[in-house]
Amino acid sequence: MPVDEAPETRIGDAPQAVALGIRTLSVEPGVATLTAPYRAELVGDPDTGVIAGGVVTTLLDHACGQAVYMAIGEPTSIATLDLRIDYMRAAEPGLDIFARAHCYKVTKRVAFVRATAYDKDPEDPVATAQAAFMLGTRGPPAQIGDKRTPAERAKGERANAGDAE
Amino acid sequence: MSQADADRLIQMLERVPYARFLGIHAVLAGDEMTAVLPYSPHLIGNVHLPALHGGVLGAFMEMTALAQLSIVKYPAGHGLARQPRPVDVTVEYLRSGRPVDTYARAQIKRLGRRVANVHVEAWQEARDKPIAALHGHFHVTPASSEHS
Repeated sequence: MPVDEAPETRIGDAPQAVALGIRTLSVEPGVATLTAPYRAELVGDPDTGVIAGGVVTTLLDHACGQAVYMAIGEPTSIATLDLRIDYMRAAEPGLDIFARAHCYKVTKRVAFVRATAYDKDPEDPVATAQAAFMLGTRGPPAQIGDKRTPAERAKGERANAGDAE
Repeated sequence: MSQADADRLIQMLERVPYARFLGIHAVLAGDEMTAVLPYSPHLIGNVHLPALHGGVLGAFMEMTALAQLSIVKYPAGHGLARQPRPVDVTVEYLRSGRPVDTYARAQIKRLGRRVANVHVEAWQEARDKPIAALHGHFHVTPASSEHS
């Protein structure tokens, strides 16, 4: 699916993603691939020039969130519950970082996502992530296949009314 | 905390480009270090709420752990030879990060010869209402292994 036809993403409206130079490379249902460029100002260890773990964390979190949007297929409000990251190796200085996230399960209220970050080869990851997201944190939850807009769901269903922030 | 430790900690945060990118600095009081992430518009992840980017909170707490580790001491008195590297981190999001200053404190739960376990908690208006927590393991290299 062309990126500009994807459902609402956080890319255009997330200042931190803009600040890091994060771009969406491709999307498909439940899957998003993003990249962040190597930049000297994002280095975490000045002795080695390795990009900060925190940049990889943000890229993975962002990719996971976008994969959730791609699984739900429409704009909704989501909130990260937790994010576990395993760092396999240091990213190679000078190389851009990529992250591919797959939202493999969506329940009524929670979406589960796995993601991998790499610099050259997806089979030789820099880091892997596992995340869970609450869905519909502002208003009723969205569900796969539900074509109603959040406003239409809000009129027809109040099951989640007590959870609204 | 000795003046040398305080200097080392402040120098570490000033030396790390990404810590400067986020705007992190440290406030020292006695032997306690509080990391500060001043609010800045570029830290926002969701403009509709608005809320700080979840990745930024994770990154801030990870940097807080590294800063705390930069002044860690083994019983024999030596510290670490180089900056630790994260092995794994788990970030729990407890409340939305509002567009205000954020603080974090790290506790080193265990300092081994190869791995350190660190817990970090971040808060905004109230210390007893944390907005996020991080549990992580970090590879460490003692400055002088024959003493440990």
